[in-house]
Amino acid sequence: MPDALTALLAERDWILADGATGTTLFNMGLQSGDAPEFWNETEVDKIRALHSGAMDAGSDLFLTNTFGANAARLKLHDAQDRARELSRRGAEIGREIADAAGRPVIVAGSMGPTGEIMAPMGPLTHEEAVAIFQDQAEGLREGGADVLWVETISAPEELRAAAEAAARAEMPWCVTMSFDTAGRTMMGTTAEAMTRLVEKLPNPPVAYGANCGVGASDLVRTLMGFGEASRPLIAKGNAGIPKYQDGHIHYNGTPELMAEYAVMARNAGATIIGGCCGTTPEHLRAMRAALESAEKGPAPDLAEVSAKLGGFSSDSDGLDGRAPTRDRSASRRRRPQA
Amino acid sequence: MSDDEEIILSELSDDELVQQMFDDLYDGLKDEIVEAVNILLERGWQPYDILTKALVGGMTIVGHDFRDGILFVPEVLLAANAMKGGMAILKPLLAETDAPRVGKMVIGTVKGDIHDIGKNLVSMMMEGAGFEVVDLGINNAVESYLEALRREKADILGMSALLTTTMPYMKTVIDTLTAEGIREDYIVLVGGAPLNEEFGRAIGADAYCRDAAVAVETAKEWMARKHNQMAAG
Repeated sequence: MPDALTALLAERDWILADGATGTTLFNMGLQSGDAPEFWNETEVDKIRALHSGAMDAGSDLFLTNTFGANAARLKLHDAQDRARELSRRGAEIGREIADAAGRPVIVAGSMGPTGEIMAPMGPLTHEEAVAIFQDQAEGLREGGADVLWVETISAPEELRAAAEAAARAEMPWCVTMSFDTAGRTMMGTTAEAMTRLVEKLPNPPVAYGANCGVGASDLVRTLMGFGEASRPLIAKGNAGIPKYQDGHIHYNGTPELMAEYAVMARNAGATIIGGCCGTTPEHLRAMRAALESAEKGPAPDLAEVSAKLGGFSSDSDGLDGRAPTRDRSASRRRRPQA
Repeated sequence: MSDDEEIILSELSDDELVQQMFDDLYDGLKDEIVEAVNILLERGWQPYDILTKALVGGMTIVGHDFRDGILFVPEVLLAANAMKGGMAILKPLLAETDAPRVGKMVIGTVKGDIHDIGKNLVSMMMEGAGFEVVDLGINNAVESYLEALRREKADILGMSALLTTTMPYMKTVIDTLTAEGIREDYIVLVGGAPLNEEFGRAIGADAYCRDAAVAVETAKEWMARKHNQMAAG
C-alpha cells in the first residue's frame, strides 16, 4: 500500500499545504525564547487551533509542531531527553485534528535542522545527526504522522543524515531546503544540486522542494532551478518580508500576493504548495481559491515573476552562468575540493 | 604557473609571500598560514603588521566574496580556521605590544535561539578585521548581555537570531539598555536570516547587518563615528 501522501498525490493535480507555525504561535502568545514544542503538552488547545486554522482554510496537508523537537535543539531548554516524546505528542495532536476532517488530510511530521554544523567543518558527526533525527522520526511515527517532513535544511550532509534516519524509522519522507543566500542555501547548495542530491539517495523522498528563504519571488525562481524533477516539488514560501509592528512580527505579503504566488508556483512545477513564515489562514484561503479558479499555465519567465511578486534578492541563483566569480588564474594553489 | 609546482614559502619575497597568504587564506590552508606567519616574524615583521597587512588583508577578500555570493559558509569557515591558526601565534605577541585597539565587541545569540553559525562567522570576521570579540555563545538572556558589556567595557553589542520566534527578544535587550540609561554607550548591531533593515530600525538597533562582511564594514564605520564624536565632544 502506498503511503497516504503518495495516495493523495495520485488523485490530485496539486495539494495545498499549510502556512506558518512559528509566527502563528507567536500571535497566540508564545514568548520569544520559549520552545514552541512544549506547547504540545501545556497548550494543546492552541496547537489544535493552529492545525484547525490551516485545515479549515483548505489545507490538505499540515506540519506538526515539532520543528525543533530534536535533542540538539531541546538541549537549550534542558529537555534533550524529551525529543521523542514531544515529537510523538505533536504528531498525536495533528492526527486527532486530521482524522476529524472528513476528508483526507496529511499529517506531516516536521523535522527542522539541528542548528549545528556537521563534520568535517563542524562538530556534529553523521552518525550523531542520524541518531538525533531517528529519535525524532520514531516519535513522529508513533504519534501517527503520515510522512516525515524535513525542512529548512541548508547543508547537504544534514539532508543525507535525515534521509538515513527516515530509512531507519521506516517512514516515507519529504524534504525542503531553504534557499536564502544569493539564490542558494547558506551552505552554497543550488536548486539543481539539490535535485542531484535527492536522486542519488538510496531512499529518495516522496517529494522535495524549497521553504522559507527570502520572499515569494525567490522561491518561484528556485522551483524553476530544480530542473527536470522526477518526483513532486514542494513550494512553501514566506508571506513577504518581516516587519515589526506593535510588538509583533508582521509579514508584509498580502493574501492577494500569496494567491498570485501559489498559481505561479504551480506553473513553475510545484505540486505541493503552501506558505511559510507569516502565512495565515486568510492567505491560505486566497491561495486555495486562486488554485481552484485558475488552470495550470506554462512556467513563468523571471521577468513575469518579479513583476508580479517583487524583485529577487540576488541577480543570479547560481545556475544561469551569471553568478559572480573571482578570477583565480594568477593564484598558484587552489582550494582542495570539499 | 602550473598547479603541481611546489611553492616554497620561505623562498618568496615579502610581497610575494603576503600575496600567497591571501591565496592560502582564500583556500583555507591553515598549515601554510601558520608557516607564513612564522616566516614573517623571523624576518622581523611586527605582529601588528602581519595581522593587518597579511591576515586582515586576506580575510577582507574572503569577506567581500562572501558578501557577493561567490563564497558560502563552508569556504568562509575554512578560511577563518586558517586565520585562527595565524592568530594563535600573533595574539600573545600583540598583547605584549601597544598595538592600536580597533574596538571590542560582545556578541551572542539571543535567548531561545541556538543557531550560532551566523554569529560565529561574524565573530571570526570581526577578529579577522582586528577587533577583540567576546563571544557569549547561544541562548543569552538580557542580563548576560548587560553583564558582559559592563565587564568587558565593550564598544559594540552584536545580537543574532535565526528564528522568527526569537528575533523580538532583541528589542527586549535594547529596551533594557535604554531603561538603564546606557543605550548610547554602545553601538548595537543585529543580524540573522529573518531580519532586515527595517526590523533593525524598528527595534532601535544602530544597524542591521546582512552578513558577516557587512557587519565588519558597519562596525568600522560606527567606530570611526564614535571616535569623531569623542574628538568633537
